[in-house]
Amino acid sequence: MLTITALQKSFPVPGGGGSRRIIDVPHFALAAGEQVALRGESGSGKTTFLHLVAGILAADGGRIELAGTEVTALKEAARDRLRAQRIGYIFQTFNLLQGHTVLENVLLGMAFGAGADRAHAGTLLGRVGLEDKLGHYPRHLSTGQQQRVAVARALANRPGLVLADEPTGNLDRRNARESLALIREVCRESGAALLLVSHDEEVLAQFDNVHDFAVLNRAVEAVA
Amino acid sequence: MTLWNLIHRSLRQHALSTLITAGSIALAAGLLLTVWMVKTQSQAVFAQTNSGFDAVLGARGSKMQLVLNAIFHLEASPGNVGAEDLAMISRHPAVRTAIPIAVGDNYQGWRIVGTQPRLFTDIEYLPGRKYAFASGRLFEDGTREAVVGSYAARRLGWKAGDTFSPYHGLAFNPGSQHEEVYTITGVLEPTNSPVDRVIWIPLSGVQTMSGHDPRAAQDVSAVLIQLRAPTAGMMLDMMYNRQGDRLTFAFPIAAIIADLFNKIGWFDQVLTLLAALVAVVAAGSVLVSIYNSMSARQRDIAILRALGARRRTVFGAVVGEAGAIGLLGAIAGYGVYFALAAAVAGIIRAQTGVVLDPWQWHPVFWWAPAALTGLCVIGGLLPAFKAYRVPVAETIAPVS
Repeated sequence: MLTITALQKSFPVPGGGGSRRIIDVPHFALAAGEQVALRGESGSGKTTFLHLVAGILAADGGRIELAGTEVTALKEAARDRLRAQRIGYIFQTFNLLQGHTVLENVLLGMAFGAGADRAHAGTLLGRVGLEDKLGHYPRHLSTGQQQRVAVARALANRPGLVLADEPTGNLDRRNARESLALIREVCRESGAALLLVSHDEEVLAQFDNVHDFAVLNRAVEAVA
Repeated sequence: MTLWNLIHRSLRQHALSTLITAGSIALAAGLLLTVWMVKTQSQAVFAQTNSGFDAVLGARGSKMQLVLNAIFHLEASPGNVGAEDLAMISRHPAVRTAIPIAVGDNYQGWRIVGTQPRLFTDIEYLPGRKYAFASGRLFEDGTREAVVGSYAARRLGWKAGDTFSPYHGLAFNPGSQHEEVYTITGVLEPTNSPVDRVIWIPLSGVQTMSGHDPRAAQDVSAVLIQLRAPTAGMMLDMMYNRQGDRLTFAFPIAAIIADLFNKIGWFDQVLTLLAALVAVVAAGSVLVSIYNSMSARQRDIAILRALGARRRTVFGAVVGEAGAIGLLGAIAGYGVYFALAAAVAGIIRAQTGVVLDPWQWHPVFWWAPAALTGLCVIGGLLPAFKAYRVPVAETIAPVS
């Protein structure tokens, strides 16, 4: 499903002091339907890694192959299309559009991919327990409910891969547990692979397959 | 569809600023259309207004003053035409009809004009259209009877059978009322010309009104002339204006009015420039409004991009939003135009009797709103470029 080889990414150092390598991952692989967690401290480059996998950022070197498509060979517009069609992204801060209702947020997740499908959006929101909140705006929801909207949106285009960046970081313990269980469950139901990054040991303990990002990413070691 | 959804939801999300900005566009569009309508229609309508006559003969002076006084019933008369001159022009072989008018009195500011009944029976004020009475009948020559133009009758609340006593002079002075009492015998049908603003009485009424100079009892203020052929106008022009030195022959009337508009052309240009400036400022307000909100929108744009929206999609959404605000404003501008134009047309009618028609089609009705919408689209380009360049990764998530 996802194969990464010799992935590298550097950023310019503020003040014109050259560039600093943030990502240097020799190899990483994720099978279809597999659920993997990456452990890492804040600032270790986990989000940048996910951004590279999602095609939000372009890699400086290396190769990312997603379901037979070489992401690193695509131009930005093609990466955008690929992300819309094949990748679901759950953010730590949910990133819901505040001017849009719950249903509209999910429909918007579909708009750039397969196209808006109200029935499917309604089904997804029912699956995450928000069937009675379709017309609500995010500001009227609890943080746990907002997270569930984000989960439904991430799965709206029936993606093969779901990326979750500290998805429980803004939730209390009980909501975090429920939310994580929900994410894993709906990914399993839809057959999507899940790549989750977190520094929360309670979250990581739920996964059979946990990689230490500091080991995976040689740049972390170099910086240290 | 996606683009329209984005535009629609953004307009809804920023409803207040959308309404305020569209309102400023509407005012600009309404102002632009009104200025254009008044400019083009007034010139055309004034130039066509001649009450069915080709020329005016009056005392020596300005042709424009003569036309404004005799045809538009504005301005003071430049002087009198004696009885002999009236008889001469009436008998001239080049003249088909010569109808004298006399001015010098008013009723509460509404001008009283003395003339002969045949003005209303023989003259077509527009090709194929003679004066008609909405009620009552024509006055009889030599009596103290009057007929009233439709607009004056409506404003004064007069009807057949009512009476009034004229005031001396062209400007209303409450202390200068004549003792004669006139009875209204009829109210004219609207002609949409200056005739509608006039109270008409027999010529002898003005000539012999108490307090008027008895030495001028046979004089008239001007003679309205229909020529047998347009070329005769040249001959009379030569006779009165170049060879003579007592009278002025104003011909052709349309050219004299056109000359008036040429003289005040700078005013048109100033109005047009002001309207154009208002339009540009309004379009600029779209730029400022959207641009200022870009910081707040940056996160939404980054989210859209993270969901798979391409740069050109968010660029198009912002430009489209600017265009949609412009279009909304332009459409609302028609409402502003009709309100503004009706008010301006009312003022012009009250002052001159000339009727402008705000509903009359002119190409400006499509190109001005289209240009304004286009300006707004241009105004949207800068914020759209800012949206295009939003750094997704930096904006969307805290780094971990």
